[in-house]
Amino acid sequence: MQMPDVDPAVLASKRDLVVRLRAVLPEGAVIDDPMETRAYECDALTAYKCAPLVAILPGTTAEVSAALKICHEMGVPVVPRGAGTSLAGGALPTADSVILGVARMNDVLETDYANRLIRVQTGRTNLSVTGAVEQDGFFYAPDPSSQLACAIAGNIAMNSGGAHCLKYGVTTNNLMGVTMVMMDGEIIEIGGGYLDAGGLDLLGVICGSEGQLGVVTEATLRILPKPEGARPVLIGYDSNEVAGACVSDIIKAGVLPVAIEFMDRPCIRATEAFAKAGYPDCEALLIIEVEGSEAEIDAQLARIIEIAKRHNPVELRESKSAEESARIWLGRKSAFGAMGQINDYMCLDGTIPVSELPYVLRRIGELSDQYGLGVGNVFHAGDGNMHPLILFDANKDGDLEKCEAMGADILKLCVEVGGCLTGEHGVGVEKRDLMGHQYSDADLEAQMRIKDVFDPKWLLNSAKVFPLSASDARRGR
Amino acid sequence: MMRPDSDAQLAEAIRDASGGLAVQGGGTRGMQVAGEVLSTRGLCGISLYDPGALTMVAGAGTPLTEIEAALEAEGQMLAFEPYDLSVVTGASGASTIGGVFASNASGPRRVQVGAARDFLLGVRFVDGAGRIVKNGGRVMKNVTGYDLVKLMAGAYGTLGVLSEVSLKTLPQPEATATLEIKGLDATRAVAAMSAAMGTPYDVSAAAHLDAQGGRTFVRVEGFEDSVAYRAKALRAALHDYGAVVACDGDIWAGLRDLSVMEDAQTLWRVALRPSDAPKFLTQIRQLPDGANASAHMDWSGGRIWIGAPMASAAGLHSALQTLAAQMRGHVTLIHSAAPMDLPRFQPESVGVARLSAALRRKFDPRGILNAGLMG
Repeated sequence: MQMPDVDPAVLASKRDLVVRLRAVLPEGAVIDDPMETRAYECDALTAYKCAPLVAILPGTTAEVSAALKICHEMGVPVVPRGAGTSLAGGALPTADSVILGVARMNDVLETDYANRLIRVQTGRTNLSVTGAVEQDGFFYAPDPSSQLACAIAGNIAMNSGGAHCLKYGVTTNNLMGVTMVMMDGEIIEIGGGYLDAGGLDLLGVICGSEGQLGVVTEATLRILPKPEGARPVLIGYDSNEVAGACVSDIIKAGVLPVAIEFMDRPCIRATEAFAKAGYPDCEALLIIEVEGSEAEIDAQLARIIEIAKRHNPVELRESKSAEESARIWLGRKSAFGAMGQINDYMCLDGTIPVSELPYVLRRIGELSDQYGLGVGNVFHAGDGNMHPLILFDANKDGDLEKCEAMGADILKLCVEVGGCLTGEHGVGVEKRDLMGHQYSDADLEAQMRIKDVFDPKWLLNSAKVFPLSASDARRGR
Repeated sequence: MMRPDSDAQLAEAIRDASGGLAVQGGGTRGMQVAGEVLSTRGLCGISLYDPGALTMVAGAGTPLTEIEAALEAEGQMLAFEPYDLSVVTGASGASTIGGVFASNASGPRRVQVGAARDFLLGVRFVDGAGRIVKNGGRVMKNVTGYDLVKLMAGAYGTLGVLSEVSLKTLPQPEATATLEIKGLDATRAVAAMSAAMGTPYDVSAAAHLDAQGGRTFVRVEGFEDSVAYRAKALRAALHDYGAVVACDGDIWAGLRDLSVMEDAQTLWRVALRPSDAPKFLTQIRQLPDGANASAHMDWSGGRIWIGAPMASAAGLHSALQTLAAQMRGHVTLIHSAAPMDLPRFQPESVGVARLSAALRRKFDPRGILNAGLMG
């Protein structure tokens, strides 16, 4: 992975930088010991590591502002970090950068049930946002699978999705406002307690900008009343094509489940060996969940099962209890862990039009044979967001490179059929150099013009998202 | 008037423009500016519709009626219920899908499913320098690069002229039930709507009409049995607010397109926290220019439409925006029967205004696209 050359002037200014940061931040919030900064050397994309120059953990918006102002004046690159769960290297530092972690900012600032919103500091974890309101019957809808650990700051940066976004949308559809600190320290408020922008929709472009436009310190989030209940059904098929056709028919029939999850045979087998959820040994497995009252759930499941039966399933298991529901979800939720037990893996995240599912799965199988690397598929079928897991051996010379080449081929395939490189994980460093396959130079130029406006010196997380060759001139390198 | 038929022609028209351009779809949205008219009507037609994937791709100039007819044939819809204010504005044109997204025009169901901007999956546009740009795509989940799609939605053509949009569709509900409570004042109405929105019964719209003695409406949609169950449960939940009756007939089209306010000579759109709406209305009514204002609350009170006679428009405009600023919301002047030289959009904070202006300069360096419309 190519990263920008380290700026020796910044390295040389470390002592001065630390003194100035300590002057504006509380005791213990500036970490400069090389042993300790190593804790920030990578995120969940562990293949790439680089300890930052300094890590800071401010506790308030004002502290973030003061620290950024110093970095801006001194020309020091800054990499914002939520909880470090990015699978795309979104929080990967450079050796001359300051890591700005928001972990200490995790307060709930306001809950407003009458207007169905909550305001939090962005270091708060996704699940603990729901935790703050669930005793009153509400929840925060986006549910990335890392929700126990991931921070709202990272969710906003990556526009995170989750298993239930078929019905509830992703982060951008549930974000109402932010307090954001610009690279030069200016604090701005965008959006708030109302719906939709009164001018240009800046909130819409900030969400998903991978921490390149500003550091979001506070967020107003939409909360929703919890449904009365939810229940899944598990359906097995003997071919991916048929399972894909079933998904399409369910959607066309007007049933909108909250989740449609898909697993293929390699994934089912690995999961079964690991979690023993009692899954059938079949080619493709669907988990479809619906919500509502007991009677509504029964009615919706009846419709889904009727459609599913038309496609001759080899297995059909309707949950009748909370226990059965948990068992059905158990395998899906442990799928990544199960694959990790048998191998190192790389998780891709391309999205495709749902109708292309059978073709894309077949092509991935062919690529798997061609490269000699196993692939398991587990993904959100309702919205076409695939998660092929490519298995490789990190200790075997050349295997990582082979895996990356195969991953690139799969992502190009996603783009070819009308989809995109990443559905919910973000570009980060991982897919940065593939951007040219989805976007023309003019398309990328238009995006970079946004960054020019928000961060004219290109100091914020600048080695991400855009191919270095495209952003070099802007970063002054 | 220029009427390009392709991206290339659109790019050429903008590149070669010597002065300001008034970007126009159907011309139904009441936001006229000076300049040579640049019509998107030549950029029309549905190029892809995949009902099983809930996606459609169409030229920006495609008439809304054509889009809706195609969706109707498959039992689908534009779930955000785009409004068409021709009844109020008196416009004779046909609304286009590009205009719907450029103005982020969402109706009652916005509270349940999201706004127009949430259903826009991808765009192609030509910016003010004549550069053709695409962003997003035709899939529902896409975080590849910056989201210029959201930025273009609601930008009223000031950053670029949309040439193609791809959008998310949803199945039409099988059944609908509307409940009504009569005689509530604004405060009680917002409380009732908020109570309804706070239930798990998946309310798809909540609106209050000031006129006719005060009428408060709540809607549920879905499969027949489910709608019956939820309507019954809602009735019980709203019992404290007054007699809850079934409202037959389609009240929602009128609430969406404002035929309920057809006499308004000027029209504003207000966005607030719903619980601030009653106080906002009370304070407006106390003003000399506000006594004759008509009002209609949608989105559980989060959106207020205000109508007034032309004579009180100028005085009311600044009062509305001042009050909205105090309540941390915003007000947009959507229509006036006679031209008014006022800032249509809510003045922004210094920081946001500077960012917005800088973005406009980047995308429209000569300042020729709907110049002055948004600031």
